[in-house]
Formats: sequence, C-alpha cells, structure tokens
Amino acid sequence: MMRQEYWTLMDPCCDYCLHSSDNPCARYVTCRMRGPFCHKSVECREKRQQRVKEVLYGSQGVRINIGASSCGLAAGAERVLEAAKDSLRSIGVEAEVSAVGCLGLCFMEPFIEIRSEDGPSPIYGHVSPENIGDILAKYFEEGSVEGAFAIRRRTGRFKDEDKVPTLDELDVWRKQVKWVSRNCGVINPESIEEYIVTGGYEGLSRALTMKPEEVIEEIRLAGLRGRGGAGFPTWLKWKICREQPSDEKYVICNADEGDPGAFMNRLLAESDPHRVLEGLIIAGYAIGASQGVIFVRAEKPLMAARLEKAVEDARQWGLLGENILGSGFSFDVSVMRSAGAFVCGEETAMIAAIEGGRAMPRQRPPYPASRGLWDKPTVVNNVETLAHVATIMAHGWREFAKYGTERSKGTKMFCVTGSVKRTGAFEVPIGTTIRTLVYDIAGGPREGRKIKAVQIGGPSGGCLPERLFDLPIDYESLQEAGAIMGSGGLVVIDDTNCMVDVARYFTSFTLAESCGKCIPCRVGTKALYDRLSAIVEGMGSQEDLQLLEEIGLMMKEAALCALGGTAPNPILSSLRYFRDEYEAHILEKKCPAKVCSKLVSYVINRELCVKCGLCAKSCPAGAITKTADGFFTVDESKCIKCGTCVITCPRGAVEKR
Amino acid sequence: MINKSNPKISSNNLIRTLQRIQEKHGFLPKDSLIKLSRDTRSPLSKIFGVATFYHQFRLEPPGKVTIYVCMGTACHLRGNAENYEFLRRFLDIRPGRSTSSDGLFSLEKARCFGCCSLAPVVKVGDTLVGKATPRELQRVISRVREAILRKEVARGGGGDRT
Repeated sequence: MMRQEYWTLMDPCCDYCLHSSDNPCARYVTCRMRGPFCHKSVECREKRQQRVKEVLYGSQGVRINIGASSCGLAAGAERVLEAAKDSLRSIGVEAEVSAVGCLGLCFMEPFIEIRSEDGPSPIYGHVSPENIGDILAKYFEEGSVEGAFAIRRRTGRFKDEDKVPTLDELDVWRKQVKWVSRNCGVINPESIEEYIVTGGYEGLSRALTMKPEEVIEEIRLAGLRGRGGAGFPTWLKWKICREQPSDEKYVICNADEGDPGAFMNRLLAESDPHRVLEGLIIAGYAIGASQGVIFVRAEKPLMAARLEKAVEDARQWGLLGENILGSGFSFDVSVMRSAGAFVCGEETAMIAAIEGGRAMPRQRPPYPASRGLWDKPTVVNNVETLAHVATIMAHGWREFAKYGTERSKGTKMFCVTGSVKRTGAFEVPIGTTIRTLVYDIAGGPREGRKIKAVQIGGPSGGCLPERLFDLPIDYESLQEAGAIMGSGGLVVIDDTNCMVDVARYFTSFTLAESCGKCIPCRVGTKALYDRLSAIVEGMGSQEDLQLLEEIGLMMKEAALCALGGTAPNPILSSLRYFRDEYEAHILEKKCPAKVCSKLVSYVINRELCVKCGLCAKSCPAGAITKTADGFFTVDESKCIKCGTCVITCPRGAVEKR
Repeated sequence: MINKSNPKISSNNLIRTLQRIQEKHGFLPKDSLIKLSRDTRSPLSKIFGVATFYHQFRLEPPGKVTIYVCMGTACHLRGNAENYEFLRRFLDIRPGRSTSSDGLFSLEKARCFGCCSLAPVVKVGDTLVGKATPRELQRVISRVREAILRKEVARGGGGDRT
C-alpha cells in the first residue's frame, strides 16, 4: 500500500519511535496524542500537537466538512464537494474541503459545516452546487453565518450569530445523546488518523492491558444488550463462547442490516468504520478468537468499501494482525459481501452464507456460541453493539450505564422515517418515549397530516397507535405492547396510510424473504398474504380476521427462526389496535385512507379540470371519455383502478373517493 | 491441502466466485456455471441452488441499464408501488419479464438502500433518485435513454466512416 507523502500522526515522530506492525509498541495509540513516551522531546510533542490541530481544522485553520455517506451522496453531495472547491478558489480562500460521514439529520441533506477552532462552526442544510458559492462568500467575505441551520457555539465575532440557533437549542439535537454516533458527520471515515485524534483505539489499548475475563466483566457492568433486536446480554454471549474448549473461535460482525426503515448500522459503519472494527477486535480478544468476519449487506456497497478500507489501514499500523500492540494477541478480519437475502440477518443463516451455501437457518440449540462457523464456537454481534463495545472500553462502563433504564442501559440509535418533518437517525437513551422521538426530535407530522401510528422494528415488529406514544422505548415495554425494538427502525404512519395495506406490505416482504425451510413460515406467510390480499380487494369476510389470528399465533409458536416467528407481528398488532380499519374493508368495502385501489373510485373534479384530455389518452382501459360539454368522466364499469390518470393529470383534478 | 476452517479461504467461497462471474458478465451464464461445477467438482444443482437463493444473482442478461425500485417500508408508504407500476408501463415491460422490449432497461425490485429519509428512492444505473415521482423518473430515464442511443449512433457512425 502506498504511504502518504506528508507526515501523519500515525507515522513515527522521529528515529526513536520504532513501532511498526512487525515490532509493535504497547503504547502506540496513547502515544499518538499524549506522547512521545519513550523519549523526551519538546519538538516531537509540538509536532504531534500541531498535526492534531491540522487534522481537526485543516492546515489553514478552516475545514469544510461535507456529509458524504450513502444518503448525502444520493442527495448530491459529490457535486457540492466539487462546487465548494471551485467557489473557494474564486473567492481566494484556502481551506480544506473534506468528506465526512452523516450527522443523522437526513432531512437536510446534503449538509456542510465550516469548522474552525475559535469560530461558530455553522452547519448548513440543503446545500446545492448553486447556493454553496453564496454560503461560502457570506462566511468568508462578510463574516456572516446567515442562512445556517445551526451553529455549534456563539463567538460574538460573526455577524448574524444571534439569528441562528445553536445546536443545543434545537430539540432535534438537545434531546439526543451522542454516545456511539459522536464521530458521525464529524470525521473523515476513510482516515484512521482522524479516528485516533478523536480518541480512537484507546478502548482497544485499554482492553489489551486487561484479562479477557475483565473485559467481559466490564461489559457486564455496563449492562450492554445486543442492539440487533433481541436484546440478549452481550457479556453473557461472550462468556459462554469464551468457556467453550476449542482450538479456534470466530467472531462475526452482523452488518447485514435488512430491516426496511433501519439504516443506523449503515450510517455508523459508513461514518465511523474504525469504531465498529475496534469493537470487533475487542470482542475477538474477549472470547479468544483469532478470526473475525464482517458480513455486509449486498445493497450497501459503500458500507463494505469503508469497512474494507478501515481493515486495511488498521492492519498497516499494527492494530490488526500478528501480536496486536505487543499484547501477544493476534487477530485478523475479512469483509464479506452478502449476495442479498433478508434471512441472512439470522445468525445461523448468516453462518451458512459465510460457509458459501444457501442461507437457511438451522435449529438452535446448539447456539453459535458453542457451535457456529465451521462448527467452531462463534459470537455474532451487531454493528451498533460492537461500536458500543469500543466506546464503553474507551470511556468506562459507568459513563455508559448513566443512561437508560434499570434493565436496559445506555443509548440506542433509532431511524425515524415516513410521515414526519425531520427524518433521520437519532441517538437517545433507552427508555425515551415514542412521543419524544416522533414529536420533539423528528418534529411531528408533516403539514396538514395527522400521525396515527408508528411501526417499530421492521417486518418483525408491530404497529403502535398514537395513544400509546408515551410508552418508553425499551425491550420489555415494547414486547408487552406487541411490537419489538428490533434494530430500531421507526416508520411513522399518518392518516393517508392504510393499516391493512401496511400489514399486507410487510407480509409480502416476509413471504418473498422466507427461505422455505420450515412449513409454518413458508406456507404461513403465503396464507396470511392471500387473506390480506382478499381483504384489500374487497373480497374479505369476518372469518378471515379469525384465520389471520390463528395462522399468526401458530407461526409464532412453530416457526424455525425469528423471521417466521415474528412475521405475523405487523398483522397481529394492527388487528389489536386497528381492527376498525380491517372491518371497514370487509363490511363497508371501503378503505378509510383511500389507499387500496380496488376500494376507491376515481372522479374528475370539474373545478380543477382544464380539459386537456391527457387522462383519457393515458387510460389503458379506455375508461375515460369526453362528455358533451368538453369535460372528462370515468366509467366505473371499465375502470381497472390503476391510478394512471391521477399521475398523468397536470392539475391534480383526478380525485380518489 | 486447503484448511476448510480458515475464513481466509472465504475468498474462494461459492458466493464470492459467483459474484466475480456476475461482475464480469453482468449475469451468470449457463456455460460458466457448468464450467465452475466441473472445476470445483461440486454438483451443478448445488451451484444452481445458491445462485437462485440470493437476489443479487441473475441467470438472464440484463438490459444496458438496470433500474432498482426500492421496496422498503418508507418507500412503500411514500408511493414506490405506484412508481414501480408506472415504470412497467413506461418501459413497456411484458408480464413475467424484467427487461424492457427494446432491451435497454431492466427493472428490479430492491430491498432497502438505507436512504429511507429520501423516500421514495429509485436507482437508475448508478444514480440514486430520491423523492422519486413518475414525472421525475420519466425525465431521468429519457435522459439516460438518449445518452445510450447517442452512444450507439456514434459507434454506428464511426463504423460507416471506416
């Protein structure tokens, strides 16, 4: 691999430093920031501190951060980055332009932040190649932060600082606790040096000075539970695996984030990949593994690429490989890209995929902790869990256990999407209420809408109605209410969404993703889907509701893995809380939210119609005809309810009734 | 001898091999699978089983540009089912097929891209289109189609001159 041409903090400060991956120094990591330890040199110390400043604020004292993870790139961050460089050139300002990860404020992508040591560090949202020139000119030429979404601090030295809120004054920020996501949107994820500057790999350094049992004890005291969904205590999984007699053990990072509506793992691994890797190395040390595998979802290639880069860089500096930091512990990691199957998120299915076969779960026990990958003891931990591990080891269990509830400690990232003003990924203490998350942080319903439910936990989770929004989000409370925390996806559903349609959607998902091995899931999902389809098409009966419940309960009992066992949750929970919507479809043959196309009729509003005739031209069934007075009308008997006319009409005159 | 329990050999595992074949050809040609079966001495049925299990693999050649419509929750709620139906009609894709009649576009359903806050999301080639509407998709696809046709005409024109 090519070395960079300039000196970085990772390099030796002078000839005294002998650290390399072949000749590791136990104090390498802490020495970067606080050293040098092995010799006294004011020059070396200053050289390091100078470099830290450069990394944080660029060599010119100003650094422009642009959020460039998948969501930022989808919103056009790449073009913004180029435009920023051009604008700086044209106003004659020298500043570093750097791609960083995601702040979690997805509603205002792409964003930029102008960072300097003593400046207000304004953050701007919805930046485009067209407006970035103005933003930069205003900041650098006029000394004004006008138009910023927020600033990090008031300095009194910039104009209009009082017109812009600080981040801590905003609900969306104030009510969050940035624990595991502290670096997201702040550092360049492709630079190991930036991770080190923010205290990276100090957790690993500390762990390696402890006995593996002490590391497990630290995680037990912290009270960390798996963040992938089930909430199993992480330390216990490790302890069981550690106690297995075996010549070889494995640790797998589950980065196969497949729940639609959940992207906290992608965000973490794309924005701060070293934190995940560090957690994985610590896990390997704790259980006594020598090999780690990161299994990444096919649809998230940038996540895989950034993790691969992190692995390479860590290896180069002796943080991975033989005799890590002189501790005698050797560990290596390979990144594997999935070929795409939702069921891979199940740990035994993931192991089958890593072995190269069809990803079909198997009966547990034996659990992977005793017999996993290639029949060896294996721990499978989720991305967020591992990132927590690294953070806990760096800051101590007490800091972590400050947050959360009695039984569920710490923070959790939640992705709030759907019908809210501010979509994004937010980190809050466990036990925060749904209402705080949906209304205070995510800003409540979109203009003119009314929120009626949230769907928590993806296809395995359930729908909770608005009246239960004061429920604290923790593993037990949600389970009692018929949902699960899952990986932490919250999809907000408003009055324009039909609960039956939502239930059918999730069932279509699990139907397609069922691996087909066990009958309760393979046949059950199909039976559920067929009944729901009948209901949304107006052919359902009251008996169908009973059948849905019976099949659902049977699957919960009998399915082989969690995919089948939780697949009925969306249906069972919506039947529990929104039975009236099901009944409206069955008894009145009406869809209250006007979503189920077979149960709505299309009508052309004459007040809006401009007689252009595009609807008639586009109608595939020839159901729209011209009337004598030049207007158009839909013939109910011919209409196939495809909705093309609604899409085609330039005036929005075709209405659903 | 290969150490079966060493994950470093996962670079030789079947899924990775199939991924490499697909990267090269854009799909998994029958001949390649037969050859793979012979080379690795594993039954063709096993290879076929793995190839058909995962979404990523396809056994038919794709169109020049593949369009992925996200079928995640947020995208569903914000109207991607309608976008999908619109694209089927707009691209003239027959029932049971996934490639447009002119062979230019393949239409695939995708699982969540993790850009739920930009829902509904459609990926046209390598470009992610956020907050996609039929109108916007029509615009993007027409632009891509023109670009492809222009390239083909240019290639054809070059042929004429020689």
